[in-house]
Amino acid sequence: MAKTAAIALFSPGILRRAALDSVIKLNPARLIRNPVIFVTEIIAGLVTFSAAWSIHSHAPAAFAIVIAAWLWLTVLFATFAEAVAEGRGRAQADSLKHTRSDTMAKLLLDPRDRVLFKPTPAADLQKGDIVLVEAGDLIPSDGEIIEGLASVNESAVTGESAPVLREAGGDRSAVTGGTLVISDWLVVRITADAGATFLDRMIALVEGATRRKTPNEIALDILLAGLTLIFLIAVVTLTAFGAYAGTRFSIPVLAALLVCLIPTTIGGLLSAIGIAGMDRLVCFNVIATSGRAVEAAGDVDALLLDKTGTITFGNRMAAAFYPAAGVAMRDLAEACALASLGDDTPEGRSILALAREQHGIAPQMPPGGRAIPFSANTRLSGLDDGTSTYRKGAVDSIRNTLGAVGDAAFTETAACIARAGATPLAVAANGRLLGLIELKDIVKPGIKTRFAALRAMGIRTIMVTGDNRLTAAAIAAEAGVDDYIAEATPQNKLDYIRKVQAQGRLVAMCGDGTNDAPALAQADVGVAMQTGTQAAREAGNMVDLDSDPTKLIEIVEIGKQLLITRGALTTFSIANDISKYFAILPAIFVGTYPQLQALNIMHLHTPESAILSAVIFNALVIAALVPLALKGVKFRAIGAAALLKRNLLIYGLGGIVAPFAGIKLIDAILGLFHIFS
Amino acid sequence: MTLGGWLYIVLVFALVLGAAFPLGRYIAAILEGRVTWARPVEVAVYRLAGVDEKRAMRWQDYAIAMLLLSFIHFLLLYAILRLQYYLPFNPLHIQGMAPRLAFNTAVSFTTNTNWQAYAPEQQVSYGAQMLGLTVHNFISAAAGIAAAAAVMRAFCAGGLSTLGNLYVDITRVTLYLLLPVCIIAAVYLVWSGVPMTFAGNATAHTLSGAVQSIARGPVALQEAIKEFGTNGGGFFNANAAHPFENPTIWTNLLETWLTLAIGFALPIAFGHMLKDKAQGRALMAAMAIILALGCAGAYAAEAAGNPLQIQAGATANGNWEGKEMRFGIPASTTFDVAATGTSCGAVDSFIDSYTPLGGAVPLFLMQLGEVAPGGVGSGLYTIIVFALFSVFVAGLMVGRTPEYLGKKVQAKEVKLAMLAVLVLTGFILGGTALSLLTASGLGSLANAGPHGFSEMLYGWTSATENNGSAMAGLSADTDLLDYGLGAAMLFGRFAFMIPILAIAGSLAAKPKLPPSPGTFPTNGPLFVFLLIGVIIILGGLQFLPADTLGPLAEQFLLQAGKTF
Repeated sequence: MAKTAAIALFSPGILRRAALDSVIKLNPARLIRNPVIFVTEIIAGLVTFSAAWSIHSHAPAAFAIVIAAWLWLTVLFATFAEAVAEGRGRAQADSLKHTRSDTMAKLLLDPRDRVLFKPTPAADLQKGDIVLVEAGDLIPSDGEIIEGLASVNESAVTGESAPVLREAGGDRSAVTGGTLVISDWLVVRITADAGATFLDRMIALVEGATRRKTPNEIALDILLAGLTLIFLIAVVTLTAFGAYAGTRFSIPVLAALLVCLIPTTIGGLLSAIGIAGMDRLVCFNVIATSGRAVEAAGDVDALLLDKTGTITFGNRMAAAFYPAAGVAMRDLAEACALASLGDDTPEGRSILALAREQHGIAPQMPPGGRAIPFSANTRLSGLDDGTSTYRKGAVDSIRNTLGAVGDAAFTETAACIARAGATPLAVAANGRLLGLIELKDIVKPGIKTRFAALRAMGIRTIMVTGDNRLTAAAIAAEAGVDDYIAEATPQNKLDYIRKVQAQGRLVAMCGDGTNDAPALAQADVGVAMQTGTQAAREAGNMVDLDSDPTKLIEIVEIGKQLLITRGALTTFSIANDISKYFAILPAIFVGTYPQLQALNIMHLHTPESAILSAVIFNALVIAALVPLALKGVKFRAIGAAALLKRNLLIYGLGGIVAPFAGIKLIDAILGLFHIFS
Repeated sequence: MTLGGWLYIVLVFALVLGAAFPLGRYIAAILEGRVTWARPVEVAVYRLAGVDEKRAMRWQDYAIAMLLLSFIHFLLLYAILRLQYYLPFNPLHIQGMAPRLAFNTAVSFTTNTNWQAYAPEQQVSYGAQMLGLTVHNFISAAAGIAAAAAVMRAFCAGGLSTLGNLYVDITRVTLYLLLPVCIIAAVYLVWSGVPMTFAGNATAHTLSGAVQSIARGPVALQEAIKEFGTNGGGFFNANAAHPFENPTIWTNLLETWLTLAIGFALPIAFGHMLKDKAQGRALMAAMAIILALGCAGAYAAEAAGNPLQIQAGATANGNWEGKEMRFGIPASTTFDVAATGTSCGAVDSFIDSYTPLGGAVPLFLMQLGEVAPGGVGSGLYTIIVFALFSVFVAGLMVGRTPEYLGKKVQAKEVKLAMLAVLVLTGFILGGTALSLLTASGLGSLANAGPHGFSEMLYGWTSATENNGSAMAGLSADTDLLDYGLGAAMLFGRFAFMIPILAIAGSLAAKPKLPPSPGTFPTNGPLFVFLLIGVIIILGGLQFLPADTLGPLAEQFLLQAGKTF
């Protein structure tokens, strides 16, 4: 899958298919999963029947026909929203399917002998089969390498075209079906039955075929069904109240009242919101094994982040020079640069960069200069240019090899650097100690503000590192994490997760190695790296195709966005009811008690036009909110209180006010064309 | 409207809210077993009743004990009412109550409703008043507070399997809270002129030579618990408008205070039990704002008066029909609003005679589920249900699974809460509709048109919400209404309380999540307004069509010069 170029919100192809699907979805047997819209459909059917009856008995039927039409449109808009969301998922799945090919696998008859194999269609492979894959072959199915080493192009799955190394044993032994072996060969034991491979599961998830309602969605569905029942009671009993007052309310009028009061807006958009949430993750190159996992991501209270690669760049880099007594900073910087000229390691390059950027020193290789590479024997590296020798290395090594001990201040500085979690390197020229270089794990710029934002959302960050306690504490303080696990082992990671969970908190982590698997399984959200082992990928409930551990933060945001969108539209939908009352109630009662016209505060033209306007608004608002449902309400890391205030204002207060304007506008337009007015 | 009128309302709020803080702290101490000044009596009660006070109950045990206790008390009261002729303290030789009416009355007092389809001074003996009705006023009030205690405990810690012991809660609440306050209040009432006597009716010879038989009896204690336990069943038919129940403006103020005191103290007690007082204050604020709006609305409507009477020059200052001259309009409306914001239902002025809008206030307060501040105990657990709804609907907007006080609100809780709300809606609207479709129901109405409709709607609302007040025009002692409203009272009490105990059981077992900056804040003004909004939308909106056909229509017709 190429880095999923975000599929345009509405591409014509998707819309065409969705239009068709939305009609197919009208099948009541399927619609019953959505109680609010199901009730709306039944009501629409009822009004249609009543309209037909009116026509049959030569009674005026125009109003009933129009109401019926708009009620059907309400249902259609709801099914259309779901169909569009599914269509977008399907489009993504299609791009995945291209990689699933009808490869012929080389099934080894005897695993010890790589010569004898039987060509077998990939679809016929079974779990446990052993196959040979050679340069130029597609890997036929998911598996574990049992022998060999090869470079594999995994762009089909990850979108990353640079080949990766895969070898037997260790953390890089998993291969994915559909990826291409570029060099060498592998013997692979198949770990998935046909149709159940990683790619197959991804496609199924993205298509929404195996979509099950998430716990939150179920709870919300119950609330919506309950509200529907409550308003059903209100409308049904109204017929008796009308009878007492000497009025018979017509079926279209009661239907309009009911449909306007039940929460059709959120009912119509609920499943689209859920599908779109999964979709956003896929666009982000993360595959969740269930909607439940996406929802859990929004609830996470603690993130376990690997230090290396996530919080720091992963290489130690020169941060400062400390001259010894009587040495000029410039002389030290120059000596450091010269000693590193032949050092091609990241550390050496960082020393050169520091000398250049902070001290303006960029020496050229002197004529006759000879780089002395790092030797395990002396544990020093440096440069000889015929007249001078420059050496750098661990403080002890310099002392032992050159006999240059340095004064007390020098020793103290070195200790000070070590205490801060960094590494001191001593530098000497011609056997004389010039000073120290501080090598440090560099924290990624911006990560501290990122963590502060997470803290404002109530999420604690925990740094996981193999470093000793001292180093870990220093980096933790610099990066602004809330806690750290030093000298991390798989066991103490697992213990930490259990401890945090025992306090009732949800934990997210990412990992790639087999030894991460228990922790990944224990975490509430476990993001496995695509480059990781099969065991890790099985244990997690999400897989990051880009293998980028920093994404954990965005995954949490996507989870929150899903929940926020659901809440916002629910609030909006329920708040809408107030205005609909003011439109419909005076309209239906004014025949009984003309004085109730006073409640028609919107001054809608006629009772018919008022009721129709409310029904039209109710239908159109579903269609109008489809883009928001698919895109999601933007998440802002401003803390729950501020976020609530903001969203309540927009979706709560907005939900009360907007329909007043909308219904009035529709009524004005109807009036313009003299429709029921 | 007068400045004095508004100041009276402010005074009531100041006295009630001011007392809520110490009283709430005291109630929390009672429920946590830290009050022991009558420990020997308490222990004696447990020994006598064979209660093991150490035994903690799961929610199921608690609910079953509640049902059992209520059923036994129902049977007992039914027997007393039927057999009162043969029982002691019957100086007026009142006959036993008819079975249908006795059923209705026994249900009514067991469910803390105190709907009175009978005329007390003619149909209930002193003995039945004291041993039957007054005892039930204590027990049903204590049972309500006990249920609230169980619900409150569910939020106090994580992983709980039990919610306390019903019998212990009822004993402690009665002994340490209801009895002492009622005894003090009763003494004051007696001093103010409320009778507390076993002597029969007094006979008086009027100046014109006529002979009057004046009803009296052991009124004072029942009067105190009637308000303090938000029961509302009057010793006399005229309820608190009767000078022997409520002789002076000061007893009126005291009775209003008694009605509201526990309701507002319980959220404060909740805050103490949670060790997070702001949470309790937020619930109290929501209750107070709704009640304040109700008080203001009813006072404004009644002070504005009946436009027809004003046109006719019959009155210059407000609607005095059905009100006591010695209280005046603001004290009358505030009393009735307090009695319908709670589940008390006592009245010192007649709602049937209110202007339609003035009468709509008590009706709507009951329909909202009686949360301002609600019946003793029931008000708190009802507003907690609304808080769960608020958190569930809007809480998603902060991007987390909704939680209230550290407890996640999930499908099970939503289902049970919805069930409870459905029961109320079904009985109020369904009952009204059914009654209006039958000849018997229509025959109970004293008035035609929207006013008659309001009477029926009010009756079903009052019974289902366990309020007990009525629009007096409704003749309620019929087969349909005695049994129908009896069922409404039973379901409104227990089919509401038991799902909520189940919610408490479910929430109690969940871990209590520590609050974080990402948690939905439920202790600030934003939540208070959200909660009020949800109470109005989820609790009130479904009744709006009916209310439009009742009081609203009547108000507009009245302005157009049409009366019923």
